[in-house]
Amino acid sequence: MTGDVNALVPGDEHVLAPGREVLPETAAVHWRPRVDERRLRNLGSLWTLTTVAHVVPFLAAGAVLMWLNWLALPVALACIAHAWVIPELYAQRGANVLRPRGRAAAEPERRSVGLLGDLVGHDARDLHAATGLVLEPGRFGTWLVGEAGALLLSGARRRRAYCYCVTVDGRAAGAAELPSGDRIAHLLLALRADEQGFATVANLSFSGARWRLRRRVPGTMRPAIDAAAESLDTRSIDRS
Amino acid sequence: MCRLIRMDHTGHSTLAEWTADDPQAVEAAVQAFRTEVERGYLAMVSTGPGHAEQVRELPLDAPLVILRLPISGG
Repeated sequence: MTGDVNALVPGDEHVLAPGREVLPETAAVHWRPRVDERRLRNLGSLWTLTTVAHVVPFLAAGAVLMWLNWLALPVALACIAHAWVIPELYAQRGANVLRPRGRAAAEPERRSVGLLGDLVGHDARDLHAATGLVLEPGRFGTWLVGEAGALLLSGARRRRAYCYCVTVDGRAAGAAELPSGDRIAHLLLALRADEQGFATVANLSFSGARWRLRRRVPGTMRPAIDAAAESLDTRSIDRS
Repeated sequence: MCRLIRMDHTGHSTLAEWTADDPQAVEAAVQAFRTEVERGYLAMVSTGPGHAEQVRELPLDAPLVILRLPISGG
Protein backbone atom coordinates (compact mmCIF):
# COMPACT_ATOMS: atom_id res chain seq x y z
CA MET A 1 0.00 0.00 0.00
CA THR A 2 2.73 2.42 0.91
CA GLY A 3 6.07 3.33 -0.56
CA ASP A 4 9.24 4.83 0.73
CA VAL A 5 8.53 8.28 2.10
CA ASN A 6 11.79 8.71 3.97
CA ALA A 7 12.82 11.45 1.60
CA LEU A 8 9.91 13.53 2.80
CA VAL A 9 10.91 13.57 6.42
CA PRO A 10 14.64 13.82 6.86
CA GLY A 11 15.60 13.15 10.45
CA ASP A 12 15.59 16.05 12.80
CA GLU A 13 17.39 15.57 16.06
CA HIS A 14 16.52 18.92 17.59
CA VAL A 15 15.47 18.35 21.13
CA LEU A 16 12.24 20.05 22.17
CA ALA A 17 12.30 19.24 25.84
CA PRO A 18 13.73 16.34 27.80
CA GLY A 19 12.26 13.22 26.30
CA ARG A 20 10.36 15.06 23.57
CA GLU A 21 11.25 15.90 20.01
CA VAL A 22 10.43 18.50 17.44
CA LEU A 23 7.96 17.35 14.82
CA PRO A 24 10.21 15.78 12.16
CA GLU A 25 8.22 17.38 9.35
CA THR A 26 9.60 20.78 10.37
CA ALA A 27 12.85 19.79 8.66
CA ALA A 28 11.05 20.19 5.36
CA VAL A 29 10.36 23.86 6.18
CA HIS A 30 13.66 24.63 7.89
CA TRP A 31 13.61 28.24 6.71
CA ARG A 32 10.51 29.05 8.73
CA PRO A 33 10.95 30.40 12.25
CA ARG A 34 9.39 28.11 14.80
CA VAL A 35 5.99 29.46 15.77
CA ASP A 36 5.57 30.67 19.32
CA GLU A 37 2.99 32.92 20.99
CA ARG A 38 4.82 36.09 20.04
CA ARG A 39 5.18 35.10 16.41
CA LEU A 40 1.56 34.03 16.32
CA ARG A 41 0.46 37.44 17.60
CA ASN A 42 2.71 39.15 15.09
CA LEU A 43 1.25 37.11 12.25
CA GLY A 44 -2.23 38.05 13.39
CA SER A 45 -1.31 41.72 13.51
CA LEU A 46 0.22 41.50 10.05
CA TRP A 47 -2.99 40.01 8.69
CA THR A 48 -4.99 42.80 10.29
CA LEU A 49 -2.70 45.43 8.78
CA THR A 50 -2.98 43.77 5.39
CA THR A 51 -6.75 43.79 5.61
CA VAL A 52 -6.76 47.46 6.56
CA ALA A 53 -4.39 48.19 3.68
CA HIS A 54 -6.84 46.54 1.31
CA VAL A 55 -9.97 48.18 2.67
CA VAL A 56 -8.98 51.77 3.48
CA PRO A 57 -7.71 52.82 0.03
CA PHE A 58 -10.89 51.61 -1.67
CA LEU A 59 -13.11 53.34 0.89
CA ALA A 60 -11.03 56.50 0.61
CA ALA A 61 -11.19 56.38 -3.17
CA GLY A 62 -14.97 56.00 -3.02
CA ALA A 63 -15.29 58.96 -0.66
CA VAL A 64 -13.03 61.17 -2.77
CA LEU A 65 -14.91 60.32 -5.93
CA MET A 66 -18.20 61.27 -4.31
CA TRP A 67 -16.69 64.49 -3.03
CA LEU A 68 -15.45 65.38 -6.50
CA ASN A 69 -18.67 64.63 -8.34
CA TRP A 70 -21.81 62.76 -7.35
CA LEU A 71 -22.01 61.40 -10.88
CA ALA A 72 -19.11 59.19 -9.88
CA LEU A 73 -21.48 57.26 -7.61
CA PRO A 74 -21.31 54.01 -9.63
CA VAL A 75 -17.53 54.00 -9.48
CA ALA A 76 -17.62 54.87 -5.79
CA LEU A 77 -19.97 51.96 -5.17
CA ALA A 78 -17.60 49.69 -7.06
CA CYS A 79 -14.79 50.84 -4.77
CA ILE A 80 -16.88 50.10 -1.71
CA ALA A 81 -17.73 46.69 -3.14
CA HIS A 82 -14.04 45.96 -3.54
CA ALA A 83 -13.42 47.01 0.06
CA TRP A 84 -16.05 44.49 1.12
CA VAL A 85 -15.24 41.64 -1.24
CA ILE A 86 -11.51 41.38 -0.70
CA PRO A 87 -11.66 40.62 3.06
CA GLU A 88 -14.54 38.24 2.38
CA LEU A 89 -12.43 36.33 -0.13
CA TYR A 90 -9.64 36.00 2.41
CA ALA A 91 -12.08 34.72 5.02
CA GLN A 92 -13.47 32.27 2.50
CA ARG A 93 -9.98 30.99 1.84
CA GLY A 94 -9.65 30.37 5.55
CA ALA A 95 -12.98 28.62 5.77
CA ASN A 96 -12.03 26.33 2.90
CA VAL A 97 -9.41 24.55 5.02
CA LEU A 98 -12.23 23.10 7.12
CA ARG A 99 -14.30 21.80 4.26
CA PRO A 100 -14.68 18.02 4.17
CA ARG A 101 -12.96 16.12 1.40
CA GLY A 102 -14.09 13.05 -0.52
CA ARG A 103 -15.26 9.97 1.32
CA ALA A 104 -13.75 6.50 1.18
CA ALA A 105 -15.85 3.34 1.22
CA ALA A 106 -18.20 2.84 4.15
CA GLU A 107 -16.16 0.25 6.05
CA PRO A 108 -12.82 2.16 6.02
CA GLU A 109 -14.72 5.29 7.03
CA ARG A 110 -16.32 3.47 9.94
CA ARG A 111 -13.00 1.99 11.09
CA SER A 112 -11.18 5.30 10.82
CA VAL A 113 -13.82 7.17 12.76
CA GLY A 114 -13.71 4.45 15.39
CA LEU A 115 -9.97 4.90 15.82
CA LEU A 116 -10.36 8.65 15.95
CA GLY A 117 -13.02 8.21 18.61
CA ASP A 118 -10.54 6.23 20.69
CA LEU A 119 -8.15 9.17 20.60
CA VAL A 120 -10.57 11.81 21.84
CA GLY A 121 -13.06 12.22 24.68
CA HIS A 122 -16.82 11.84 24.59
CA ASP A 123 -17.53 15.51 23.98
CA ALA A 124 -15.05 15.77 21.11
CA ARG A 125 -16.45 12.55 19.65
CA ASP A 126 -19.98 13.93 19.70
CA LEU A 127 -18.84 17.21 18.21
CA HIS A 128 -17.04 15.38 15.42
CA ALA A 129 -20.13 13.34 14.65
CA ALA A 130 -22.16 16.53 14.35
CA THR A 131 -19.69 18.81 12.61
CA GLY A 132 -16.84 16.73 11.19
CA LEU A 133 -14.31 18.66 13.28
CA VAL A 134 -12.37 17.61 16.36
CA LEU A 135 -11.92 20.11 19.17
CA GLU A 136 -8.50 19.99 20.78
CA PRO A 137 -7.33 22.37 23.51
CA GLY A 138 -3.80 23.57 23.04
CA ARG A 139 -1.24 25.97 24.41
CA PHE A 140 -1.93 28.58 21.74
CA GLY A 141 -5.69 28.35 22.15
CA THR A 142 -8.39 25.97 21.03
CA TRP A 143 -7.96 24.00 17.84
CA LEU A 144 -10.54 22.55 15.51
CA VAL A 145 -8.97 19.86 13.40
CA GLY A 146 -10.49 18.94 10.07
CA GLU A 147 -9.53 16.63 7.25
CA ALA A 148 -7.30 19.05 5.40
CA GLY A 149 -6.61 21.80 7.84
CA ALA A 150 -7.06 23.18 11.28
CA LEU A 151 -8.54 26.28 12.83
CA LEU A 152 -6.98 27.85 15.89
CA LEU A 153 -9.03 30.23 18.01
CA SER A 154 -6.64 32.22 20.12
CA GLY A 155 -6.73 35.04 22.62
CA ALA A 156 -8.38 35.28 26.00
CA ARG A 157 -11.85 35.26 24.47
CA ARG A 158 -10.97 33.18 21.46
CA ARG A 159 -11.76 36.04 19.11
CA ARG A 160 -8.80 35.66 16.78
CA ALA A 161 -8.95 32.89 14.19
CA TYR A 162 -5.97 31.33 12.46
CA CYS A 163 -6.73 28.97 9.60
CA TYR A 164 -4.03 26.48 8.71
CA CYS A 165 -3.93 24.43 5.56
CA VAL A 166 -2.22 21.18 6.48
CA THR A 167 -2.79 17.59 5.52
CA VAL A 168 -1.17 14.21 5.15
CA ASP A 169 1.68 14.69 2.71
CA GLY A 170 0.19 13.98 -0.68
CA ARG A 171 3.52 12.66 -1.99
CA ALA A 172 3.35 9.73 0.42
CA ALA A 173 1.92 6.63 -1.20
CA GLY A 174 -1.54 5.90 0.13
CA ALA A 175 -2.19 9.40 1.40
CA ALA A 176 -4.93 10.04 -1.12
CA GLU A 177 -6.86 6.92 -0.13
CA LEU A 178 -7.03 7.65 3.58
CA PRO A 179 -10.56 7.80 5.00
CA SER A 180 -11.71 10.95 6.72
CA GLY A 181 -11.13 9.82 10.31
CA ASP A 182 -7.55 8.86 9.55
CA ARG A 183 -6.86 12.19 7.89
CA ILE A 184 -7.97 13.96 11.04
CA ALA A 185 -6.14 11.50 13.30
CA HIS A 186 -2.87 12.17 11.44
CA LEU A 187 -3.18 15.88 12.11
CA LEU A 188 -4.36 15.38 15.66
CA LEU A 189 -1.41 13.19 16.61
CA ALA A 190 1.06 15.62 15.06
CA LEU A 191 -0.59 18.51 16.90
CA ARG A 192 -0.47 16.68 20.19
CA ALA A 193 3.17 15.75 19.72
CA ASP A 194 4.42 19.25 18.93
CA GLU A 195 1.94 22.11 18.71
CA GLN A 196 4.58 24.66 17.75
CA GLY A 197 5.95 22.36 15.08
CA PHE A 198 2.46 21.73 13.77
CA ALA A 199 1.82 25.47 13.41
CA THR A 200 5.20 25.85 11.74
CA VAL A 201 4.67 23.12 9.16
CA ALA A 202 1.12 24.21 8.33
CA ASN A 203 0.46 27.02 5.89
CA LEU A 204 -1.42 29.94 7.36
CA SER A 205 -4.17 30.76 4.90
CA PHE A 206 -6.10 33.29 6.93
CA SER A 207 -6.08 35.14 10.21
CA GLY A 208 -8.76 37.49 11.36
CA ALA A 209 -11.76 37.97 13.57
CA ARG A 210 -13.65 34.84 14.48
CA TRP A 211 -16.96 36.30 13.30
CA ARG A 212 -15.55 36.91 9.84
CA LEU A 213 -14.64 33.27 9.52
CA ARG A 214 -17.74 31.84 11.17
CA ARG A 215 -20.12 33.18 8.59
CA ARG A 216 -18.06 31.68 5.78
CA VAL A 217 -18.00 28.09 7.04
CA PRO A 218 -20.84 25.65 6.29
CA GLY A 219 -23.69 25.91 8.78
CA THR A 220 -23.14 22.37 10.04
CA MET A 221 -19.66 23.35 11.23
CA ARG A 222 -20.59 26.51 13.08
CA PRO A 223 -21.47 24.70 16.33
CA ALA A 224 -17.85 23.53 16.44
CA ILE A 225 -16.62 27.11 16.20
CA ASP A 226 -19.05 28.12 18.92
CA ALA A 227 -17.86 25.27 21.12
CA ALA A 228 -14.23 26.20 20.53
CA ALA A 229 -14.98 29.83 21.34
CA GLU A 230 -16.47 28.79 24.65
CA SER A 231 -13.68 26.38 25.43
CA LEU A 232 -11.02 27.72 27.71
CA ASP A 233 -9.69 24.30 28.62
CA THR A 234 -5.99 24.62 29.37
CA ARG A 235 -5.49 20.88 29.60
CA SER A 236 -2.48 21.10 27.37
CA ILE A 237 -1.02 24.27 28.80
CA ASP A 238 2.29 22.58 29.44
CA ARG A 239 2.60 21.51 25.82
CA SER A 240 5.72 23.14 24.49
CA MET B 1 -2.51 -7.03 24.82
CA CYS B 2 -0.50 -4.26 23.14
CA ARG B 3 -1.16 -3.36 19.53
CA LEU B 4 0.77 -1.84 16.65
CA ILE B 5 -1.54 -0.32 14.07
CA ARG B 6 -1.02 1.56 10.85
CA MET B 7 -3.47 4.15 9.56
CA ASP B 8 -4.11 3.32 5.92
CA HIS B 9 -6.78 3.03 3.25
CA THR B 10 -8.64 0.37 5.24
CA GLY B 11 -9.18 2.69 8.19
CA HIS B 12 -6.38 1.02 10.06
CA SER B 13 -4.53 -2.27 9.94
CA THR B 14 -3.30 -4.16 12.99
CA LEU B 15 0.28 -5.15 12.21
CA ALA B 16 1.19 -6.83 15.48
CA GLU B 17 -0.16 -7.73 18.87
CA TRP B 18 2.00 -8.72 21.76
CA THR B 19 2.37 -9.16 25.47
CA ALA B 20 5.61 -8.63 27.30
CA ASP B 21 5.80 -12.29 28.32
CA ASP B 22 5.62 -13.57 24.74
CA PRO B 23 9.11 -13.16 23.21
CA GLN B 24 8.07 -14.39 19.77
CA ALA B 25 5.21 -11.91 19.54
CA VAL B 26 7.49 -9.14 20.79
CA GLU B 27 10.10 -9.97 18.17
CA ALA B 28 7.47 -9.98 15.42
CA ALA B 29 6.14 -6.64 16.64
CA VAL B 30 9.62 -5.10 16.75
CA GLN B 31 10.30 -6.34 13.23
CA ALA B 32 7.00 -4.96 11.93
CA PHE B 33 7.68 -1.66 13.66
CA ARG B 34 11.14 -1.30 12.10
CA THR B 35 9.86 -2.22 8.66
CA GLU B 36 7.20 0.47 8.74
CA VAL B 37 9.52 3.13 10.18
CA GLU B 38 12.04 2.39 7.44
CA ARG B 39 9.26 2.95 4.92
CA GLY B 40 8.77 6.43 6.34
CA TYR B 41 5.97 5.98 8.82
CA LEU B 42 6.16 7.86 12.09
CA ALA B 43 5.26 5.98 15.25
CA MET B 44 3.16 7.73 17.87
CA VAL B 45 2.02 6.84 21.34
CA SER B 46 -0.44 8.70 23.53
CA THR B 47 1.15 10.05 26.68
CA GLY B 48 -1.96 11.33 28.38
CA PRO B 49 -5.04 13.34 27.46
CA GLY B 50 -4.14 15.72 24.67
CA HIS B 51 -0.56 14.55 24.45
CA ALA B 52 1.29 12.27 22.06
CA GLU B 53 4.89 11.51 21.47
CA GLN B 54 6.87 10.16 18.57
CA VAL B 55 8.88 7.05 19.34
CA ARG B 56 11.80 5.64 17.41
CA GLU B 57 11.81 2.24 19.07
CA LEU B 58 8.80 0.12 19.85
CA PRO B 59 7.73 0.80 23.44
CA LEU B 60 6.83 -2.66 24.65
CA ASP B 61 4.65 -1.38 27.47
CA ALA B 62 2.52 0.96 25.33
CA PRO B 63 -1.00 -0.41 24.85
CA LEU B 64 -1.33 1.23 21.44
CA VAL B 65 1.31 2.36 18.97
CA ILE B 66 -0.02 4.18 15.91
CA LEU B 67 1.87 4.58 12.66
CA ARG B 68 1.09 7.69 10.68
CA LEU B 69 2.35 9.32 7.50
CA PRO B 70 4.12 12.68 7.49
CA ILE B 71 2.07 15.83 7.21
CA SER B 72 2.78 18.95 5.19
CA GLY B 73 1.33 22.37 4.57
CA GLY B 74 -1.35 22.29 1.90
